[in-house]
Amino acid sequence: MNAHPEILRLLAFLAGLIIFAALNAAYLVWLERKVCGHIQRRIGPKEVGPFGLLQPLADGIKLMTKQVLVPPQVDPVLFRLAPALVLIPAIMSFVVIPFSANLVAREINIGLLLVFAFASVNVLGLLLGGWGSANKYAVISAARCVSQNVAYEIPMLITVITMVMITGTMNLNEIVLQQPDISQWYVFRFTASPLMPVAFLVFFICSLAETNRAPFDLGEAESELIAGFHTEYSGMGFGLFFMGEYANIVIGASLATVLFLGGWQSPVSFIPGGWWWFLAKVYFLIFTIMWIRWTYPRTTLWGLLNLSWKVLIPISLLNLLVTGGMLKLMPLIFGAG
Amino acid sequence: MIDLALSQNKEIFVLNLGPQHPATHGVLRVKLLMDGEYIVSAEPVLGYIHRMHEKMGENRTWAQFMPNTGRLDYLGALSYNHGYARVVERAAGIEVPERAEYLRVITVELNRIASHLLWFGAFVLDLGGFTPLLYAFDDREMILDLLESVTGARLTFCYFRFGGVYNDIDDNFVPGTRAFIKRLRKRMPEYHNLVTKNIIIIKRLRDVGPISAGMCRRYGATGPVARGSGINYDVRKNEPYSVYPEFDFDIPVYEDGDSMARYMVRMDEIEQSMRIVEQALDRLPDGPVMAEKVPKIIKPKPGDYYSVVEAARGTFGVRVVSDGTNTPYRLKLRSPTFSNLSLYGEAARGMLLADALALMGSLDLVIPEIDR
Repeated sequence: MNAHPEILRLLAFLAGLIIFAALNAAYLVWLERKVCGHIQRRIGPKEVGPFGLLQPLADGIKLMTKQVLVPPQVDPVLFRLAPALVLIPAIMSFVVIPFSANLVAREINIGLLLVFAFASVNVLGLLLGGWGSANKYAVISAARCVSQNVAYEIPMLITVITMVMITGTMNLNEIVLQQPDISQWYVFRFTASPLMPVAFLVFFICSLAETNRAPFDLGEAESELIAGFHTEYSGMGFGLFFMGEYANIVIGASLATVLFLGGWQSPVSFIPGGWWWFLAKVYFLIFTIMWIRWTYPRTTLWGLLNLSWKVLIPISLLNLLVTGGMLKLMPLIFGAG
Repeated sequence: MIDLALSQNKEIFVLNLGPQHPATHGVLRVKLLMDGEYIVSAEPVLGYIHRMHEKMGENRTWAQFMPNTGRLDYLGALSYNHGYARVVERAAGIEVPERAEYLRVITVELNRIASHLLWFGAFVLDLGGFTPLLYAFDDREMILDLLESVTGARLTFCYFRFGGVYNDIDDNFVPGTRAFIKRLRKRMPEYHNLVTKNIIIIKRLRDVGPISAGMCRRYGATGPVARGSGINYDVRKNEPYSVYPEFDFDIPVYEDGDSMARYMVRMDEIEQSMRIVEQALDRLPDGPVMAEKVPKIIKPKPGDYYSVVEAARGTFGVRVVSDGTNTPYRLKLRSPTFSNLSLYGEAARGMLLADALALMGSLDLVIPEIDR
């Protein structure tokens, strides 16, 4: 036993993270339905359990007991592989997310890089799922997803490069440690760059687009493409896509929290920090994402690409330039402190 | 755009939009030739919900066809009641009491508001915004409650009779309608704030799906589609019928011909319909709601009769040929969306799939009325 504490720890974290991802997927659906219900002057699910709290359980049982239909014309390997390719990278990304000072599955020096590497694999899952479905709507959707993700990874990564220049590290926990209270949060760190709030906005918009959330949900635009890349999926095949989508939303919100909103640190110094702060910030961002979804209509693919190439990329490049200039200038002005 | 697509790229594929597809709101099938996301050609295919309404009309008595009219355009059923009642009244020479005409106008205009509200919600749903649909349904619900108290039905109304209407209003109808109009007046600015001024909506509708006035004339498009292309034609003004000449209302016309223009026409029409209903409530005369000497079995004099009304989607015409018996010899329906849809193939050519669906939504299709 004593010989392998690290392996045991990792196993415990693996189980914990999978449960966390699954619970998140289940209860974010519940939250989504409640939020959307109240936005639309309805009350949302209420029949199963108090406040409909057991609804996700019922939905989960339904999905798991449903037959996974594999239509005869699909590519049998790709079709079965795709849902896993969406979900597994999303869960893997959780490995480096610092829930609190010590609650990190694996503190890695290149944590930020790892998250983005896994996030890119996610697109592959969507592409293969759409392609393997042998359905025209799914293929159109897969093509849309890829061009959308390529377009939005650029401003997102430029923003992240800017952040790395400022923080000087890719270790997510160290980034959090640099933001002890609200004035030190990177979203308000005007000494690093006056464009920090804009950078946060760019990052947030990009994470919406990366996770295929409204108003950028072109991949599953139900009024155009039925259900997009998962048109042909049923049962748990669809369920895995769904879990993957929500896990990616949590990852996106977690990264925004870690990079800009001080992670698990408390906003004011007299209240101790901890995982509850991290979750509160993450769920606030997720609530905002839902709020946006139920307020805005969908953009078109052109509108989406225009926004990325003509607005977000120039802004993030400008921010990169300004930050670089500030990094070099500040020591010159204020001395080598 | 289309020529470029044809010459450079040979990978053109057929995409069957429908007959089951969320955007067609019914069993319409559009056969699309696609080059990537561009539409090379679009061909609406009808026949999935054909019920032979015209033939049914020729096989039953004049009065028995009335319920069928409510099943053509189930969202604006009362206008279709009105069209058929008018043509038979003209054929049989039946005079309608004034109160009945007022009730007809009030209920038809309420029905028009309900139809436009539902269209508004469904159209924004086509554009990916789910929430306005529920708000619109909330308002429409009040109209349906009002109409239910008068007509006994909530959707497929069969309220009009030859010579009047079947039921007088109850005491709650007038205050209820006034309260509803007051409420909707407050809600319309909210809709405009939430949807009309939304940057994404503007980008998706402005200059998208242009339909020229010439195209409207060639295909016989009427209603908000034609009025969005600058054709100032509304049967209520141009060939006044019923008691419409007594009311003061405007016909909204927009010159642009894009999806935004059609959207704005319908939103403005809601306001104008509210004005008509208000004036009609103010002047509602007393008296009977049915003409007194209407024979039980109607046998119009032999002849050819035609009558048009302005339905929520455009000009609805009914032509009946009577041979003096108790059934029509020929019954022909001219439904507005059939003509409005027929221009879709030409208008959608070269468009992106997403924009073409926005265009389809802006035509306000009700499939059972296209496919009678």
